[in-house]
Amino acid sequence: MSPPLLRATGLGKTFGSFCALDDVSLELTPGSVHGLLGENGAGKSTLVKCIMGYHRPDAGHIQLGDQEITPKNPRDAQALGLGMVYQHFTLVANMTVAENLVLSRTQLPLFIDWKKEAEALAAFMATMPFKIDLQATVRMLAAGEKQKLEILKQLYLKSQIIILDEPTSVLTPAEADEVLGMLHGMTRKNELSILIITHKFREVLGFCDEVTVLRRGKQAGRGKVSQLTTNQMAEMMMGSATNLENKRVPASNVNEPRLQVHELTAADDMGVPALCGVSFEVCSGEIVGVAAVAGNGQEELVEVIAGQRIRSGGTLLVHGKDYAATRDQLHDRKVRCLPEEPLRNACVSNMSVAENMAFRSFDRPPFAIARWVLSHRQIRKSADEQQREYGIRAPSMGSPIGTLSGGNVQRAVLARELRGDVEVLIAANPCMGLDFAAVTEIHARIRKARDQGAAVLLVSADLDEVLALADRILVMSEGRVVYETRPETADVTLMGKYMAGHESQESQESPAAAE
Amino acid sequence: MSQPASRLDFEAVLVPLAAIVVSLALFGVFILCNGVSASSVYYEMYRGAFGTWFSTQNSLTRAAPLMLTALCTALPAHLGLVVIGGEGALVLGALASVVAAHLLASFGPWVVLIGMGLTGAAVGALWLGMVGALRTLRGVNETISSLLMNYIAIGVFKQIVEGPMRDPASLNKPSTLPIGDANMLGSLPGMDVHWGLVYGVVACLFSYVLMRRTVFGFSARMVGGNVRAAQLSGISVTKRVIATCMLAGAAGGLAGMTEVAAIHGTANASLICGYGYAGILVAFLARQNPLAVIPVALLLGGISASGGLLQRSLSLPDATVNVLQGILFVVILASETFYGRWKRAPAATVPAPAASVVAEVA
Repeated sequence: MSPPLLRATGLGKTFGSFCALDDVSLELTPGSVHGLLGENGAGKSTLVKCIMGYHRPDAGHIQLGDQEITPKNPRDAQALGLGMVYQHFTLVANMTVAENLVLSRTQLPLFIDWKKEAEALAAFMATMPFKIDLQATVRMLAAGEKQKLEILKQLYLKSQIIILDEPTSVLTPAEADEVLGMLHGMTRKNELSILIITHKFREVLGFCDEVTVLRRGKQAGRGKVSQLTTNQMAEMMMGSATNLENKRVPASNVNEPRLQVHELTAADDMGVPALCGVSFEVCSGEIVGVAAVAGNGQEELVEVIAGQRIRSGGTLLVHGKDYAATRDQLHDRKVRCLPEEPLRNACVSNMSVAENMAFRSFDRPPFAIARWVLSHRQIRKSADEQQREYGIRAPSMGSPIGTLSGGNVQRAVLARELRGDVEVLIAANPCMGLDFAAVTEIHARIRKARDQGAAVLLVSADLDEVLALADRILVMSEGRVVYETRPETADVTLMGKYMAGHESQESQESPAAAE
Repeated sequence: MSQPASRLDFEAVLVPLAAIVVSLALFGVFILCNGVSASSVYYEMYRGAFGTWFSTQNSLTRAAPLMLTALCTALPAHLGLVVIGGEGALVLGALASVVAAHLLASFGPWVVLIGMGLTGAAVGALWLGMVGALRTLRGVNETISSLLMNYIAIGVFKQIVEGPMRDPASLNKPSTLPIGDANMLGSLPGMDVHWGLVYGVVACLFSYVLMRRTVFGFSARMVGGNVRAAQLSGISVTKRVIATCMLAGAAGGLAGMTEVAAIHGTANASLICGYGYAGILVAFLARQNPLAVIPVALLLGGISASGGLLQRSLSLPDATVNVLQGILFVVILASETFYGRWKRAPAATVPAPAASVVAEVA
């Protein structure tokens, strides 16, 4: 039974005065993998949400087979055989795989006959190309297995068309290849059509048959992947031919060690050891990149250095002296931080942009008069000055920072953290969720800080970012630094294996261990 | 909670006003069930609260401690804490101020009053400082601990007043020895309202300025808005939480001192009359804004002052006004969901206390 053709024609959607989609069409050929490419805010999610019934399009039609459909909510879409896998897992961590699958059905009987369900599930699992232990608790599954379970869930619900929203953002390259390869294989049997939202060209080139590109809510291009080059697709996404080559600028002036971490240990929120003796140093004038898959201790490492988590052991030295991230130490040793999700980690959303930009210096002149009285006027004045330099777009610097877009929040944080001399800079996924223009700008500013002598620690889940920026690369896995390399000589496949924890430095000779 | 002072939100006025109107309407239904005309109750309440000079002064007198106990909740709310320990701070502050009065009796009224105020505030500060310390050092829920510490405070208070400090002359109502007429807190010029009202207004103004215009207030708002952002900026969350809870407790302790020095002249069970709990209501009605506490305390003071008149002229139970207070509290909490519906800026809301707490207060 082959899946029906999904066709959207001339879709339009506006939110207030903002036009999110304008005359966008998409055609998902039965049994194909279709890539939906675009920068952040290009309208990819809006398009998919219109198809899935979260939004009602203002204009245009959606057809499934020969029928026009108007799903009013995701349940309607589900009933039509449309399923969606979200960027973040929608599983109940404390329940088993079997329970999660049964739970996903829209209509459940008052009493569940678990014996019968278990038999049905076992029979279902036998027909699948991959297996997950039905009795395993979801919490125990690795990210890749969870992602597979999300896909299984859709198959269990008999979805014939599956939409995946950046499905590989939480996976290692090897896991991503496995999951995508598996989906690709299923489409070859003409059982499934896949629409995949992504911004990774590697995935488009490797697994997609066709591609639709959006730019600022408009259709920027479409075609068969086999007939397009990466640069053509990048041009469609960004409007002008953009050079995707790494513009690596190596460090020229590496000096004395600034940030020294020795045998650092710390526990995560559940009290489980997350850092198990991490040692490294970052010198003035270099960028040290830390590559790791989410959940391998790098978040805790950043939190310890930033003062958001207490270390349980080891030493942390800045400028050769013990460092505990107190306010005076932060100020005197000029340690700054660009955390991921700045609104969650570095801003108070109901305080104004100007107030947020004063977090580093509100207790010093000219913002504080006589150490005690706050000068709102000076805070505002300073913010207005920086607004121009950093191009922060906000209704006013007095508006709550929570009302700004992600890129502008990050620009405000950049303005605050890079103000004046910076001697140590900690950047953790500083570009997560931002568009190309913002990413380019942030990368340039991080390089500039390095060239002015800062010691930069860059933690990133994006290997390309690490390779493009870092002068040295550390790979972390399960709370340890397991591998060190330099970007010029880095072997990405090997790094991926270390990131996945399949390789230890002693057993480099056995690549089969990756499976 | 942290809108700039200059921006007076029309919804920050409209929503509480609408909540008051809805509460009065619901209260009217309750009154009708008792076979009394609602309009006569509203009229009597107005007369009993602000209708005459006498009743206005009565309302002002009741508003004074409410302003101070409201700060027990409103100040920690700036750090995102829901502290409801005003009653405990008040009774222990009152007890401590009596002790101070007796110890300093030989130095004359000025020294006695200053000593009473400082001691009352200090004991209140220590009491709620413990709540803050438990919260920040041991992770104990501040709402539950402050509620339970109220019971402990009342127990300690009774134990001491009925035991070691009992005046043998107080027969059917155990009290401490009086602080003496000479040491009583006087009335404001030309009024029958004591100086505690001025303490309350000044404390509210001070709190407002502290939270909006000082370095301390700025860092406290950072902690309240996002602990992670505060930590990233090297701000000690522990210090801010404990210091703010201590200020809150100091206000509560001062309320106890004024009740002793201006009203009762001694410490006895009359002090345990729910000003601490009513202060929670005031703080929420004022949306935790110290400036708004002042008018709201006047309103609530008026409502409680009118209870006696309802009893006398309509033979309704004295507790009728408590029903109105309870309705008000529930409606106010429910009205939190209406903020931000008319404009796009997200309204900062203080999390509502647990249902059990509401029941306790109502």
